[in-house]
Amino acid sequence: MATQVTFSEVKNNGLGYWGVLGFFGLLVLGGVFAFLHMHEGHYTTGMNNQVVWGIPHVFAIFLIVAASGAANIATIGTVFGQDVYKPQGRLSLALAGSLLFGGLVVLLLDLGSLGHVIEMAKGALNFKSIFAWNMILYSGFLLIITLYNWTMMDRRKIAKKLYKPLGIVNMAWRFMLTMGTGSIFGFLVARQYYDAAILAPLFIVSSYVFGTAIYSLVLMASFKLTGRDLGDIVLNRLRNSMAVYLVLVLFFEMTRHLTNLYATEHHAVEAYILTGDSIFTSLFWYGQIILGSLVPMFLVWCRFFKNNRLAHVTAAVLAVIGGMIQIYVILIGGQSFPLILFPNAEVSSAFFDGVNNAYTATMSEYLLGIGGVGLAVALVIVGMKGLRLLPTSLADDVIDPLNLEKK
Amino acid sequence: MSDINSYRRKFLGGLAGTAAVATVAPGVFLREVQAKPAGEAVSEKVRWGMLIDINKLDDGGDACIEACKKEHGWGNDPKSNDAQQAQWIRKVKVTEKMTGHEVTLPVMCQHCETAPCVDVCPTGASMKRADGIVQVNKHICIGCRYCMMACPYKARSFVHETIVDQRPDTPRGKGTVESCNMCVNRVDEGKNPACVDAAPQAMLFGDLNDDDSPISQALKKFGGTQIRADLGLNTGVRYWGI
Repeated sequence: MATQVTFSEVKNNGLGYWGVLGFFGLLVLGGVFAFLHMHEGHYTTGMNNQVVWGIPHVFAIFLIVAASGAANIATIGTVFGQDVYKPQGRLSLALAGSLLFGGLVVLLLDLGSLGHVIEMAKGALNFKSIFAWNMILYSGFLLIITLYNWTMMDRRKIAKKLYKPLGIVNMAWRFMLTMGTGSIFGFLVARQYYDAAILAPLFIVSSYVFGTAIYSLVLMASFKLTGRDLGDIVLNRLRNSMAVYLVLVLFFEMTRHLTNLYATEHHAVEAYILTGDSIFTSLFWYGQIILGSLVPMFLVWCRFFKNNRLAHVTAAVLAVIGGMIQIYVILIGGQSFPLILFPNAEVSSAFFDGVNNAYTATMSEYLLGIGGVGLAVALVIVGMKGLRLLPTSLADDVIDPLNLEKK
Repeated sequence: MSDINSYRRKFLGGLAGTAAVATVAPGVFLREVQAKPAGEAVSEKVRWGMLIDINKLDDGGDACIEACKKEHGWGNDPKSNDAQQAQWIRKVKVTEKMTGHEVTLPVMCQHCETAPCVDVCPTGASMKRADGIVQVNKHICIGCRYCMMACPYKARSFVHETIVDQRPDTPRGKGTVESCNMCVNRVDEGKNPACVDAAPQAMLFGDLNDDDSPISQALKKFGGTQIRADLGLNTGVRYWGI
C-alpha cells in the first residue's frame, strides 16, 4: 500500500519555481519594510492603549494555531496508523514548522522592545505566565517536528524505532501548544469576552480546520506546479476531515456563547458581538459562521461537488478566511468591548472608559502579518527544493493499489 | 438619615480620629515608616497602600492627575494620538444605571496583592516589590503588552514613541509598558506619592501591614471599597465614597 510511495525534491529550476518563491519572497520583503517602519514606535500603527494587540497578532496567532493543525496530518498517519496519511507526514511537518516560524517572527517583530528578548535567554522567565510556557512549547515543537521528520526521512534503524514514539510525543505536545495558545485568552480574568477555559479546546479544534485547509492548499498547489499526480482518495480524506473539524468548531463556539449567555455579567459583551451594529457582528455571522464554516461544509458535502477540486480549493480558502475572521473577532472584538470597572454603572473618562474601542489597522500592520505568511510559505518552498518532502505521486493507485478505499 | 449623611458622619468622625493620632500640625501627617536607606532591601514587613475619600476630592482628582504628570512626565507624547497617549491616572465618572447616582474618582494602578499583570508577564518585568508596590522593570520589559490585556483596571500604558526630556527619577522607554508606581522614587525617600501630596485632604498613604498606622486604623474602623473586589485581588488602593 502506501509503502510503495517514493519521494523526491522539487526538480523545477525554471521561472515557475523561482517565480513562485520570488512572489512569497516579496511578501517577506514587505514584512521587513513594515517592521522597519514600525520600529520607529507603535505610534505608526493603529494599535493603542485600548486595543493593544492588533492585526499582526491576528496573523501570528492564526499561523501558530494553524501550525499545530498542519502537523495533525502526520499524527493521523503515525499515531492512528492511517496509511493514506503516512506519505504526507513529511510535508505536513515541514509546513507546520514553517507556519510556526512565520507566526513567531511576526509576534517577535511586533514587540515593543525586541532587544530585551535576550533577557529571557538569560533566565528572565516567569513560569506563572502562559506566555513563558508558550515560548518553551513553541521551541520544543520546532525541535520535536524536526526530529520527527528525521525519523520519516532517515532509513537507519534508530530512525524507524523512534518514528512512532516521536509521533505520539508530537501529538501530545501539539495538544499542549494549542491549549497554551488558547489559554492566552482564557487566563484574562477581567476581559468579558475571554476568561473561559473553553477557549483552549476551541483553539485545538480550530487548529485542525486551519491546518488542514492550509495543508490541502499547499499540497494541491505543489503537486500541480511540479506535475505530480494527486488522487481523489487523499483529497477526499482531507476535505471530509476539514468539514468535520468545522462542525466541531461550530459546536465549541455555540457552547461558548450559550454558556456566556447564561451568565448575566456576559450579556452585554455577547450582545455586542452577536447582535450589535459593530463590524464584529457582521464578521462573526457572515464571515466566520456562513462564509467560513457553512459554505465550506456545503462545498465539501454537497454530492454535486464530489471530487471537484475547485470546490475543495474554494472550501479551503474560505475556511482559512473564516479562521482569520474568527481570530480577529476574538482578539480585536474582545478588546473593543470596554472593561467593566463598575457593574451596573455607566463609566466615562478621558481615557476611553465605557466606550467601544475603535481600531483601524495601518498598512504596515497588514504587511507585517502578510510577511509572516510569505515567510512560512517561502520556507516550505525552499524545503521542498532541498529535501525530499513531496511524494512523487499520491495517485489513487499508488496510495491504494489494492483498491481497498471506497471512492 | 440618608446613606450619604450617614457616610459623611462616619468619615468626618473617622478622619478626626485618624488626624488625632497622626497629625502634629493641621494638614501635616506623620509618616509611620521612615525613608529607606539606599542599598537596603525593600521589606515585606511593609505593604504600602492608599485610601482615597472621593467626596473630599473637590476636583474629582484633577490635581492628583496634574501632580502625577509633573512627577513622571507622561501625557504629552507628541507623535501619539489620543488613544495612544499614556495615562497613569485618570478621572472616571461613574453613573449608576438605576439611580443615576454619580461619583467621580481617580483610577490608577490598584497595586493588587495578587496582580494579574505580574502573573501573565513572560519575563517578570511586571513585578511586585516586597512592599506591595507593583511596577514595571523597563530593562526586561519586551513590550508584549500582555499585562495590559490582563489588568482589570486599564491602568497600564504602552509607550508608543521615543521619549525625550524624561524625568530623572522616572525613566520611560519606547516600546515598554508603564503605570503608576506609587511614586516609588519618593516613597523610598520617605515622601508621600505626588498625588497624595496634591490632595492631602482626601488621600492617605501608609503601611497597611502596620495595625497602628493611620491608614490601617481608618480602614479598620470604616472599611474601604475596592474596585472590582469580586476579582479577589486585594488591592492596595481603597476608596471611600463609592
